[in-house]
Amino acid sequence: MSPKRIVLRFGTDISVKPIVYRLVKDYDLVVNIVKADVNPQKEGTMILEVTGDQSEEGLNYLRNLGVSVQDLKQEIVRNEEKCVMCGACTGLCPTGALYMERPSMEVRFDGDQCIVCRLCTKVCPMRAMEVHL
Amino acid sequence: MGVEKTYSEINAKIKAGHAVVVTAEELIALVEEKGLSKAAQEVDVVTTGTFAPMCSSGAFLSFGHTTPRMKMQKVWLNGVSAYAGIAAVDAYIGAAEIQEDDPLNSNYPGEFRYGGGHVIQDLVARKPVKLKAVAYGTDCYPRRNLETTISLDDINEAILFNPRNAYQNYNCAVNLTDRVIYTYMGMLKPHMENANFSTSGELSPLLKDPHFKTIGVGTKIFLGGGVGYVAWNGTQHFPSMIDVDGKELGSSGGTLAVTGDLKQMSPRWLVGTSYLGYGATLSVGIGVPIPILNEEIARYAAKRDDELFAPVVDYGAAYPSFTPGNLGYVSYAELKSGKIRVNGKEITTAPLSSMPRAREIASTLKDWIQKGEFLLTEPVKTLPSPSDGIVAHSIKEA
Ligand code: SF4
Ligand code: SF4
Repeated sequence: MSPKRIVLRFGTDISVKPIVYRLVKDYDLVVNIVKADVNPQKEGTMILEVTGDQSEEGLNYLRNLGVSVQDLKQEIVRNEEKCVMCGACTGLCPTGALYMERPSMEVRFDGDQCIVCRLCTKVCPMRAMEVHL
Repeated sequence: MGVEKTYSEINAKIKAGHAVVVTAEELIALVEEKGLSKAAQEVDVVTTGTFAPMCSSGAFLSFGHTTPRMKMQKVWLNGVSAYAGIAAVDAYIGAAEIQEDDPLNSNYPGEFRYGGGHVIQDLVARKPVKLKAVAYGTDCYPRRNLETTISLDDINEAILFNPRNAYQNYNCAVNLTDRVIYTYMGMLKPHMENANFSTSGELSPLLKDPHFKTIGVGTKIFLGGGVGYVAWNGTQHFPSMIDVDGKELGSSGGTLAVTGDLKQMSPRWLVGTSYLGYGATLSVGIGVPIPILNEEIARYAAKRDDELFAPVVDYGAAYPSFTPGNLGYVSYAELKSGKIRVNGKEITTAPLSSMPRAREIASTLKDWIQKGEFLLTEPVKTLPSPSDGIVAHSIKEA
């Protein structure tokens, strides 16, 4: 069975709970943490690869806790034609996937850092950040 | 006694192909290398640039007559209402107008994906635009309805006219409340977690001529990728200067009303823009040449990011409730570094105006001047300067 790639987003209340342990223990899932950014002051984000028969049940357990669970089938891309390199997105992108090079002030996008939170697709004033399925 | 030059001397040099033209950033480097006097002597023109959302933008469109004739009373372009209370087939499309069926902020925060600014960009990109008009019908203008498609090339005139552009300086916006807010300064996270600013600092046209010694009515400029002119001072032109620790800065400062033929402009420099939870607008590229007539003008044009300051304003409470004052000043050097310190807290900053594009404008304008394609104009009327002490009014309610 091929693993499911998912993105989790959660508030500070969740970051103190042993959610990964529960997925392993209660739902018998094989969990691989691809990326995790759990900062107690901010919202946490995690990308997991999950394998196991009860993966849907496990994900429902997370959803019931208030964790947002999204498939990582989606990908965010930057439409280079539309981006004007204003930088409005750089202060909001939670992982630094959109960042500013200094001193040129040119905006770079590193898709590997992107956790598909979709914030930039809404805040970019030029709508240059697009979701690809 | 320092150097003194005139417009005609500089223009003669431009025509002869040996004018010395540098961008504002290059002037700063030159002054550091050679000193102010030497740089002022050598340099004839300094070019500036800014590319940012400028809400007070729009275009006068004169469509041409229909058969039979029609006195257009209400006009829509791609579903965006344009003001038709001018003349029979003329309308003004404002950048901040939204498509009529937009859910606005009832679907909070609204996305405002298409507005007048987008119509202007589509027009200048030569895309077909749907024109709808209604009228009450008169003896000379009997027609009552029209639905057709137009393009920029088949209408008579398209004149970009922006009543307030090129803000001299602008606020650095933060949010002191405990909820996310959506403003024309972008999305602001609670408890001052981010700060947005929107002026190109040492490249910003009016910060480089803060006393309006050279920029006035008739000044020829780079506008929207083509050539435009300063038509007047902009609305809300308050070129007051404040001293912070002996340093000079513009608070919000002066503005320009600018105009030009939309048909020779480009969609790269007139970009439809949407602010989540706020509205739609147009991002405009403007570049202004500053003739170095004397050393004083050079001194201002050579101001660096660390000598130019923006006020930090709380958009959570102070700004909406029109409470005067601010949370202090930060330099453009700090703002561009990505971090500022306010009330002891370190805050991530992000610009809303594009520095790479501002730089591109300044160097394009420099190119035009160096090639002899663009001559400087002497203002036919100067604009109010800080010494005129203009005071802002607010609306009085009985
Ligand atoms: S906000 Fe949009 S246009 Fe601005 S730099 Fe980011 S992706 Fe580009
Ligand atoms: S979706 Fe956009 S804001 Fe979110 S992580 Fe990816 S690039 Fe950053």
